[in-house]
Amino acid sequence: MAAYIVRRILYVIPILFGITVITFILFNMLMGDPATRFAGKHATKEQVEVVRAELGLDKPLPIQYINYVKQIATFDYGRSWSTKQKVSTMVADGFGPTLCVTVVPFVASIIFCVGLALIAAYYRGTIFDKGIVITCLGLMSISSVVYVVVLPNWLAFQAGLFPISGWDPSWTDRWQYLILPWIILFVLSLGPTILFYRSVIMDEAFQDYVRTARAKGVSSQGVFLRHILKNAMIPIITMVVIEIPFLITGSVLIENFFGIPGIGGLVFKALNESDFPVIKATTVMMSIAYMVFNLISDVLYSVVDPRIKLS
Amino acid sequence: MDQMTTTTTKTATGESKFEPQPAKTDSFIQITDLTKQFPIKGGLLSRTVANVNAVQGVSLDIKKGETLGLVGESGCGKSTLGRCIIRLIEPTSGKIVIDGDDVTHKKGEELRALRRKMQIIFQDPYASLNPRMTVGSIISEPLEIHNLFDSKKDRLDRTKQLIELVGLRPEHINRYPHEFSGGQRQRIGIARALAVDPSFIVCDEPVSALDVSIQAQVINLLMDLQQRLGLTYLFIAHDLKVVEHISNRVAVMYLGKVVEIAEAEELYRHPSHPYTRALMSAIPVPDPRKRDQRIILTGDVPSPINPPSGCHFHPRCPDMIEECKTTCPSLRETRPAHRTACIRA
Ligand SMILES: Nc1ncnc2c1ncn2[C@@H]1O[C@H](COP(=O)(O)OP(=O)(O)O)[C@@H](O)[C@H]1O
Ligand SMILES: [Mg+2]
Repeated sequence: MAAYIVRRILYVIPILFGITVITFILFNMLMGDPATRFAGKHATKEQVEVVRAELGLDKPLPIQYINYVKQIATFDYGRSWSTKQKVSTMVADGFGPTLCVTVVPFVASIIFCVGLALIAAYYRGTIFDKGIVITCLGLMSISSVVYVVVLPNWLAFQAGLFPISGWDPSWTDRWQYLILPWIILFVLSLGPTILFYRSVIMDEAFQDYVRTARAKGVSSQGVFLRHILKNAMIPIITMVVIEIPFLITGSVLIENFFGIPGIGGLVFKALNESDFPVIKATTVMMSIAYMVFNLISDVLYSVVDPRIKLS
Repeated sequence: MDQMTTTTTKTATGESKFEPQPAKTDSFIQITDLTKQFPIKGGLLSRTVANVNAVQGVSLDIKKGETLGLVGESGCGKSTLGRCIIRLIEPTSGKIVIDGDDVTHKKGEELRALRRKMQIIFQDPYASLNPRMTVGSIISEPLEIHNLFDSKKDRLDRTKQLIELVGLRPEHINRYPHEFSGGQRQRIGIARALAVDPSFIVCDEPVSALDVSIQAQVINLLMDLQQRLGLTYLFIAHDLKVVEHISNRVAVMYLGKVVEIAEAEELYRHPSHPYTRALMSAIPVPDPRKRDQRIILTGDVPSPINPPSGCHFHPRCPDMIEECKTTCPSLRETRPAHRTACIRA
């Protein structure tokens, strides 16, 4: 077991190398000359050269790459070009608001969707099941922009239940701004999540071991909870863990619409203003988070599925 | 009850001359006119567009302590019949009486109680065991469900005893199914079926997925268990060779119907239905001179959705006459204690 995990972690090294090389090429070569951008449109040649030296872009590429890796390792990306704040502080400040928005609907959606998918699969083929499938497809066929526009219009603007947008640093006043984004993220996740869980559960429901359980005399609820769900949890857990990095990035659309000072909003602003250090920091952070949670999901998979050989 | 006595007298025949468990004459399970149709749904509204006639009006008697072999090509409805009998699937119509108790319409708690009497060993020893349960929990789950033992320790003891009974070692209890070979897995399946101490077991092609070398071991185990525990078997196989050794009587099935039934020795000596003879000639014989007599079945197996008119076998039958296309033959006694569904037999 331990050996397996160590081996899986060792695999991470070439992947990390790949991530750094690709993003390095992306930022330093493909996106145009950073020095020119930083110096601005009206800068003279000399001014650009000064900036180039300041940013260390006059050094040979291997040295630049090593510096870049150092930045990643220490999470020190220098200062933002537009706000002049430390990038690490800006990103760290963004985590809190983003997680406030994403975690609650994420957890609620898992519980609700697994439950509903289980009931739909239990009553498979009935009107109830078909109704759920059709509703999910309907929900999915509507663009997310529609939810972001329509739900606040109904619930905040017309019904006046919540403030339309805003943010408050204090916890006691913050929640009123959170409920609407929570509802939207929750509703957005319903369609795809229920359909995915339902299909995973249905796949298991037709396995031979289910027939065996019924032959034993296990009640139909018992078959679902003890046999089918237990096996279906393997792909479900994998899916859930892989989605965790997206909790950190947050939703660019939602954060902008509601004025939430999280990572999503940060990325949006940085892209608008060509704020290189911030884009670099968030991109690299995302890639690494994605890789790490993939690793966790793999390890978890081998823990819950006895068929995976751990030697 | 009337039904029972009439069916009993109809098939009460002589004692078996075979080594496996001398069968008693009293009927243990009576199946009358059992039919199972699987609807095929189609279209947006999921209406039934056709039916698969998997089992079509089968009547059978199984005697206490005997092994009734059930043979037929793949897809002829053997598994469906076996699963209907133990009520793992709902028969469309017909009647199933076990030990004088009509179980055809049992539901809920009564049906669960029935699982203690009747068990099944599945064909596929790989897919039929829950991959996430240990051998111990696979075998002991029925004990828990049916509250067969009060304490955990008693259940554990019983589980270990079952594991040993099927020729595995008690230390296997905490392992997972994938760690075992096909033959061992089938032993786990057998132990699981035996856990509730049933009196009747449907063995649904229990050795078909196994290597030939392992098949004999598992069949011997099943025969040994039958002797020790006084079990009654419905033993399903797709070729006659496998059931020959274990069965007291053999029924041959074709496209949802039983076409011939007799004592095993009688059936193998005097196969009366052309289909049985064709199956028989498919068994490899050591004597090369006999190979000339092979009957090769022509044509494909017809679809159970649209079975042929008259005798279902007529399109493939070497002895077919015009009348076979219209007359639907029923089982009748063509030799003493030997029934065949063929107008020419
Ligand atoms: N659940 C089901 N739904 C629809 N058709 C089925 C189902 N189970 C079996 N059948 C059909 O019924 C027929 C008999 O199947 P089965 O009893 O498994 O045959 P056998 O065990 O003799 O190979 C086949 O044509 C099969 O396709
Ligand atoms: Mg079968």
